[in-house]
Amino acid sequence: MNGIKLALRTLHHGERDLVDDLMKLSERHRTEHEIHHVATDVAIWSREHVQRLADTATHYDLDLDGPPGNSSPGLFAALRKKASEVTGNRPEPGLLLLRDLRETHLAATYNSLHWEMLAQAAQASKDTRLLALASSCHPRTLRQMRWTNTMIKNLSPQLLTSL
Amino acid sequence: MKPSVDRIGDPWGGRVPHGRHEPWPARVDTHLAEGVEAGMVQRWVQAASILHSDGDAMDIAVVDGRMVGVRGRAVDRVNRGRLGPKDLFGWQANASPDRLTRPLVREGGRLVEADWETAMGRVVSRSRELLGEQGPGSIGFYTSGQLFLEEYYTLAVLARAGIGTNHLDGNTRLCTSTAAEALKESFGCDGQPGSYDDIDHADVIALFGHNIAETQPVQWMRVLDRLEGADPPRLLCVDPRPTPVARRAAVHLAPRIGTNVALLNALLHEVIRTDRIDHEYVRTHTVGFDELAARVEDCTPEWAAGICDVPASRIVEAAELLGTADRLLSTVLQGVYQSHQATAAAVQVNNLHLIRGMLGRPGAGVFQMNGQPTAQNTRECGADGDLPGFRNWQNDAHVEDLARVWNVEPSTIPHYAPPTHALQMFRYAEQGSIRMLWISGTNPAVSLPELSRIRSILAQERLFVVVQDLFLTETAWYADVVLPAATWGEKTGTFTNADRTVHLSDKAVEPPGEARPDLDIFLDYARRMDFRDKDGGPLITWHDPESAFEAWKRCSADRPCDYTGLSYGMLRGGSGIQWPVNGQAPGGTERLYTHGITWAHPDVCENYGKDLVTGAADSAVEYRSLNPDGKAMIKAAAYLPPHEAPTRDHPFQLTTGRTLYHFHTRTKTGRAPQLNAAAPDVWVEASADDAARAGLGEGDLVEVSTPRGTLQGRLRVTGLRPGVLFVPFHYGYWDTPTGVGPEPTVPGRAANETTITDWDPASKQPVFKTAAAALTLVARGDGTPAPAPTTTASAPTAPHGVPATTGGPAAHATQESAISRDTEEGDR
Ligand code: SF4
Repeated sequence: MNGIKLALRTLHHGERDLVDDLMKLSERHRTEHEIHHVATDVAIWSREHVQRLADTATHYDLDLDGPPGNSSPGLFAALRKKASEVTGNRPEPGLLLLRDLRETHLAATYNSLHWEMLAQAAQASKDTRLLALASSCHPRTLRQMRWTNTMIKNLSPQLLTSL
Repeated sequence: MKPSVDRIGDPWGGRVPHGRHEPWPARVDTHLAEGVEAGMVQRWVQAASILHSDGDAMDIAVVDGRMVGVRGRAVDRVNRGRLGPKDLFGWQANASPDRLTRPLVREGGRLVEADWETAMGRVVSRSRELLGEQGPGSIGFYTSGQLFLEEYYTLAVLARAGIGTNHLDGNTRLCTSTAAEALKESFGCDGQPGSYDDIDHADVIALFGHNIAETQPVQWMRVLDRLEGADPPRLLCVDPRPTPVARRAAVHLAPRIGTNVALLNALLHEVIRTDRIDHEYVRTHTVGFDELAARVEDCTPEWAAGICDVPASRIVEAAELLGTADRLLSTVLQGVYQSHQATAAAVQVNNLHLIRGMLGRPGAGVFQMNGQPTAQNTRECGADGDLPGFRNWQNDAHVEDLARVWNVEPSTIPHYAPPTHALQMFRYAEQGSIRMLWISGTNPAVSLPELSRIRSILAQERLFVVVQDLFLTETAWYADVVLPAATWGEKTGTFTNADRTVHLSDKAVEPPGEARPDLDIFLDYARRMDFRDKDGGPLITWHDPESAFEAWKRCSADRPCDYTGLSYGMLRGGSGIQWPVNGQAPGGTERLYTHGITWAHPDVCENYGKDLVTGAADSAVEYRSLNPDGKAMIKAAAYLPPHEAPTRDHPFQLTTGRTLYHFHTRTKTGRAPQLNAAAPDVWVEASADDAARAGLGEGDLVEVSTPRGTLQGRLRVTGLRPGVLFVPFHYGYWDTPTGVGPEPTVPGRAANETTITDWDPASKQPVFKTAAAALTLVARGDGTPAPAPTTTASAPTAPHGVPATTGGPAAHATQESAISRDTEEGDR
């Protein structure tokens, strides 16, 4: 039972982090329009995951927060936005973009592994509630990974050979 | 008797009714310049239209080496002699006095006339320099949807195998990439399943975001003829505007902008709930049904009504229509493709047909329409972000096969990533990794989103811009080298319309001055660059249109778009022919997928599919496990809210679109007097409710603003859905005092001053239809109505005071039915 709590807590943490990573990616790379929009779209999934993890956690005597707020991007976001606009016509931010995509990809991969663990534990303990949670959330984590992977694959030839 | 009709005031001409399952009778439309009689015409030269995606077949009338008119070709399967207003009058632009007749080069900041040697010399030396310094990734090509097949193919070979760049796309990205992507997602391969003849057989025709009356007027004539005949079809229209289609529809849905996926999911929900499914078809020919059923289970009409703001009962009626159709024909265009979740929505229309088994039979078809006339050719030839011949860049065997056709090493052809799409090319140019952009036959300084950004990219000192066009367009102002091109009627070539019909268009007259066919320009460049194959021979071995066509045939062999059975000889004199044309189908192929799905097999398919929300590419392994036998793929999608929603400051949703009398950036239609007079300037449409609330009326000068920019136009109050503003796109600046863009004295005029830079992640098609906008009064009207036509979706709600759009004597065209034509010929 404690192991399951641990897994829930870790995932909850990981999904909150991913929301953060994706929103940073989105703001920092506003001038990369596809990144900006899709990152925001797929952050919605992680927000939902955080909420569902928090809801499920109550059945295991665990008190987890809801998703992070998303309304006001705050001062730092505003600064990042300005910075992204100022540097938007220079080549070096391409490297920053690749780095941010890589970090986001790793964060999603981390979550994916934990969903896998949670699903395995759920099967072993015949916990249908947990299994349902993992099987509805995990595919979207995989889609987040595939997206960052595709973007890295598509962008790096140009960004790395043009420096 | 040849009745003469004002084809501006009466754009679709007279009716020749036909009943269901009857062939569409011919009606030959002719327009000749003032003072020219049919008897004076010295030559009629075979051609087809490049002013929309139908490819209406016509003959060009020639007197003393000048074009003097056009006549529809009665034998042709596409138009049976009919011509739309753009076809009838657009040809006059060819002879405009402001055609480019000599190359221009930039000297001391100004464009000055030069000879071809100087101009090409500069292009070649810049190309060489960049290849040496930065490699092939520093050069990009952005082409059109209006060149000919032979030209796209040559461009594709020289860019992909000669330069070795991955950056080659067409402006077909803006109008047809979602059509291609949706077909690939569902059927594994591009290629329109149906045929225009399906209009003659359908009992229900559903038009999703497709104002066919204005974008494909000739096929609308066909629908109108059916509506007047026995057993007429019932129409379903999904459009926020009161289009001519909406006025004739049995059910009209005007959803909130950006909610197409929600609406389609509800329609699918209803069709599945009422079990109007062809279970046998689903079992035999598709994968993925269960996922779709699960996805739409909660998407009730009531749920969608809340999102789309249309009555749930109306959604139920629409679903009835779709569910009870015996032969359903659906068409999809920009209302879906240029809107939010474009590919996801277009794929849901395919799903509707798959679950209802509505494919491969007369009348049962789906049209993922094309916007640009020769869009299909950019897709086939690999000039738009695909590899030639619908080859799959992720499939090594396909790349090897292409390398064999070109006699180069496979590594010569970039295939490490998907070909770069247009908006990404502009992004690379903005960042400085693309240093040369060769723009042929298109005008991004008017047609791309967020124009101030596009202008600043084109204006960069470090970017070398080559523009190849007919006129000094808004884009050409930014060029370092301008190459004068010959156009339709001045050169020979073939092109393929939205229903896979290939037409030949012959040269009728000489181009003006030193203007040259695009093919000659590309061949000249290839020769000067001395591109070689792997044995040291010339990479490009052809020298004129017909030899280019023969080369393309070899590239298309055994691919879905197989042209091997075609020849110039077969196309000349006769009518258009639909590909594939080969040993198995020597006369062409009317419908695809008549015996199940043909090209989705993992070894054959054009791509392995993408995530509809993120655009992430699936791999070969994933594709094989999902679809080992190559069936059609039913792909579900969840609704997501649009990326830019109305706010207090920007309370409206702005949508933009093409209208009946203008095409593209008006470089041609704006120079055809009748077309220009019918819609001479930009206007702004708002609904009667919204106008009343804002205290605005017909003819008031208003400003539309978004976070990107502003434009001004006179207001037209119409039956548009409340909460929405409409602006016709592609009014530019060439006919304003600045010639190039807005300035303090010239207010914004182009719709794209305001549109958002955002695109569908799967098809990479820009979103031109979901900006949030504000509307403010600039000046009260002085009684002058908005310069919007009254014959179309722009018709005013209060017609008094707004004179009807007419064309007068100069807009008269004759129309003669087949029967009177026979007698007349008998008389001779
Ligand atoms: S006007 Fe737009 S939609 Fe029409 S053909 Fe041109 S790019 Fe495509």
